[in-house]
Amino acid sequence: MTEEIIISGFGGQGVLSMGKILAYSALMEGKEVSWMPAYGPEQRGGTANVTVIVSDERISSPIVSTYDTAIILNQPSLEKFEGSIKPGGTLIYDDYGISVPPTRKDINIYQISAMDAAAEMGNTKGFNMIILGGLLKVRPIVTLENVIKGLHKTLPERHHHLIPANEEALRKGMDIICIAQEAK
Amino acid sequence: MKGNEAIAHAAIRCGCDGYFGYPITPQSEILETLAAEKPWETTGMVVLQAESEVASINMIYGGGGAGKRVMTSSSSPGVALMQEGIAYMAGAEVPGLIVNVQRGGPGLGTIQPSQGDYFQATRGGGNGDYYVLVLAPSSVQEMADFVDLAFELSFKYRIPAMILSDGVVGQVMEKVVLPPFKPRRTEEEILRECPWASTGRKGNRPINVITSLELKPEAMEKHNLHLQEKYKTIRANEVRYEEIQTEDAEYLIVAFGSAARIAQKAISDLRSKGIRVGLLRPITLWPFPTERIQQLSEQVKGILSFEINAGQMVEDVRLAVEGRCPVAHYGKMGGIVPTPDELIQALAKDFQINALNS
Repeated sequence: MTEEIIISGFGGQGVLSMGKILAYSALMEGKEVSWMPAYGPEQRGGTANVTVIVSDERISSPIVSTYDTAIILNQPSLEKFEGSIKPGGTLIYDDYGISVPPTRKDINIYQISAMDAAAEMGNTKGFNMIILGGLLKVRPIVTLENVIKGLHKTLPERHHHLIPANEEALRKGMDIICIAQEAK
Repeated sequence: MKGNEAIAHAAIRCGCDGYFGYPITPQSEILETLAAEKPWETTGMVVLQAESEVASINMIYGGGGAGKRVMTSSSSPGVALMQEGIAYMAGAEVPGLIVNVQRGGPGLGTIQPSQGDYFQATRGGGNGDYYVLVLAPSSVQEMADFVDLAFELSFKYRIPAMILSDGVVGQVMEKVVLPPFKPRRTEEEILRECPWASTGRKGNRPINVITSLELKPEAMEKHNLHLQEKYKTIRANEVRYEEIQTEDAEYLIVAFGSAARIAQKAISDLRSKGIRVGLLRPITLWPFPTERIQQLSEQVKGILSFEINAGQMVEDVRLAVEGRCPVAHYGKMGGIVPTPDELIQALAKDFQINALNS
């Protein structure tokens, strides 16, 4: 199994942290992982993306041309990465940031209203965990249990009391993700 | 863990006595991690943010001159500033480690990844006839492993060693097994292993002078001949490289550092299409694996030097091949990292591999 994932959105949405938690969770399962950020003078509102690769085998390039799964959190990211998803691959997007929806017919498209759900839960910072939950529902790359372990690893100890809220957000994402289109 | 963080942890674990550096993207996590780990409270390793790169390299010159395992790290324009100090260290035969996490140039350039400092690292950059020993890690694991290796080689030959990394290997996060703890050397051990070091003279031993200056031409010629002799020994003993699927290769890609990772992905894609391509990855850029490339050039139809620059290592590849087979270069500049697909297209075009052009 090798899953090549791009997560892309605005800086401040938790794109890089989501990738990091996913990578650590996969590490907990004994998988090979790589996490390659598009780094730069990043700031809230700028663009941010990260390539996460999870595999049973040694990973060659941390930089790839096409992706099995794309998580798209704003319009510029959709325009940039929709064309790079492998045929039969997966696109997950939050409709909150998307004004022109995806047009590919040969990929599975899922929609998740994470921004709205986060606001309803009164936990806007849980946005990225809702998305991650959604991802794990449709692409069970790692178990929820190992994500919780990953959170313990990535979060500094003073934030460990927030882990139950994150777990709630992950479960919420698993509940609310829905299919918008099956690949033809 | 990020490649940069691995460097910092490996330094603490391999008995490094001091780090002197100045922050610059994309390697600032090295100083940042060292500051967070506070090794001065545990191993006694000094960590100092110097006022500039020029100051950092001269602190290395001083520390190395006293036989201490000291290092600095920077990125391309910062390493450009250090060249004078590096030449002085080479001349005075002072060991030390310089880590360059490369970004695009020339000048301030960009903060995005590049391999544009191949010439700077392997051809000098400072003045005079000298080399530094250059190791090129292509994974976070090698970032960790090469710190101790670089120090070992640097002290063995009394030559500055460089880890030539880049923004990709510095920033990427991968699985890593950190090396076991090794204590810092005691003063007695330093005296024994570095009888040349200026450690504060006690008793009757001759005065040790650390200098690269010698005004008598005959003496200076002798010193230079000694350095050249040493470089010859290093060339004979310390060439390191990795080969992947070269046994039956019809075409060869030569690539180092992050480019070698991208090449591996391209090669597995190419092999699935029935094109037999192999990879030679120089681990030491100086000394360069000239002989092995020479041998492989007898076997393959063409060699592509794949670098994230305008074509620098390709000169060493051509010197090794001496016209025995066609040699091409593919790379990108400006902080753009080529994808495996782009490399495949370049290979197809350069060597007219029709199976790939359909």
